Amino acid sequence: MSQQQETETDKLLTSEVRVVNVGLREFARDLSACKIQVVHVDWSPPAVTNPKVASLLAKLGG
Amino acid sequence: MAGPSLSEKIAIANAEAHRRLLSGDPVLVDVQLAREAIPTLPDRTILHAGPPIQWDRMCGPMRGAVAGAIVFEGWARNLADAEKLAASGDIRFEPNHHYNGVGPMTGMTTRNMAVLVVENRAFGNRAFCTVNEGMGNVMRFGGNDQEVVDRLKWMATVAAPALGAAVRHRKGIPLKSLIARGLSMGDEMHMRNAACSSLLVRELAADLAETAPKELPRILRFISGNEMFFLNVVMAMAKSITMAAHGIEHSTVVTTMARNGTDFGIRVSSTGDNWFTGPAQMARGLLFAGFTEADGNVDIGDSCITETVGLGGFAMAAAPAVVGFVGAGSLADAINYTKNMTEITVGPNPEWTLPTLSMMGVPTGIDILKVVSSGILPVINTAIANKLPGRGQIGAGVVSPPMICFEQALMKFGEMNGAL
Repeated sequence: MSQQQETETDKLLTSEVRVVNVGLREFARDLSACKIQVVHVDWSPPAVTNPKVASLLAKLGG
Repeated sequence: MAGPSLSEKIAIANAEAHRRLLSGDPVLVDVQLAREAIPTLPDRTILHAGPPIQWDRMCGPMRGAVAGAIVFEGWARNLADAEKLAASGDIRFEPNHHYNGVGPMTGMTTRNMAVLVVENRAFGNRAFCTVNEGMGNVMRFGGNDQEVVDRLKWMATVAAPALGAAVRHRKGIPLKSLIARGLSMGDEMHMRNAACSSLLVRELAADLAETAPKELPRILRFISGNEMFFLNVVMAMAKSITMAAHGIEHSTVVTTMARNGTDFGIRVSSTGDNWFTGPAQMARGLLFAGFTEADGNVDIGDSCITETVGLGGFAMAAAPAVVGFVGAGSLADAINYTKNMTEITVGPNPEWTLPTLSMMGVPTGIDILKVVSSGILPVINTAIANKLPGRGQIGAGVVSPPMICFEQALMKFGEMNGAL
């Protein structure tokens, strides 16, 4: 690969960083504090493995 | 117009449960024999810690304590006969909680044992807990020899009448403010009761001097020599508070957490007297020199009624000294334990505040919905008992209930409310 050819990965490292942060809100806060554009997605891995319990939780808004 | 949704009903009911937990007015009003305080307690009946259990499934410390309680009551002459009697089916076993009572570790309560009586004056109900025996060879850890039985008899015939007279002489000791002071003095009220035990002695000393001058030195030495004396007081207090929050339709707030050394059980405000049980866990913590985890019994006792009202592990940030003792890490870890509990509770208690958290109130009112949806389990500070009867405490640690208790409770709630 020629040194002159810029890959997509190279572009990521040289262009302005824009972040979609999934899960831990603290990471998004830290990036914001550094004036980096970030969108936070409030998500956590499902704690419930029993499908019946998960279905009930969904109905109860838990 | 459509009425409130089930989710809205839950929110309203849990707010009411939280209000009742916060507005309790618990007062230590007496120390009596169990048969006086709990007239419905039948003869030849032993109340134990945790959810219902029979002799064949009881752990070593529980069996040891049962045998000792039988000898204490005079139902058998010696421990061997007592064990035969316990196994015969002629002794009735029931949870303390079925009689508005609680007891630490094995939690033995029989008719002639002394109990602390706490009245929740805001709601007019009473709760009971046996008097703390001290450390070492004691019945709550399964101790059952003559020393243990003799101490219990002295407590029932000498100490309890004197303490009861002193408490009545001063028309009761309000406990809510005592707890608030204890939290600011480094107690979390489950594994550290040094401050509140001292405060209680200060409250009672003058009255004891007036009501029981002859017995004063021994009684004062008995209480002062035991920094966990207040644990049983706070347990009866917590039970009196949670009773008022039980029975609220649609509430998903936990009103009982208890373990019998085999099973962990919870009860929930709106699901009646049903127990939801799962296997009791082994606490993680520090063991005294010479012991290994193999020496320990799994989680046991009604004492996690303290966590049910926001104390103990929920208030760990109040007690830096206990964090090391239970092997839970640093003060920062203690603060994190308390903060985590805000995720699974209805709200703070503004009257019981935590200096290390800018006077935040202790997280109060465990919500099974929040526990199941977050996967965060209540954290409980606890003593670890030797699995052999009568060998006492071998350490202290942190433990949680099994998630299955909360999932079962939620499924029952769903069934009762047509949500399945």
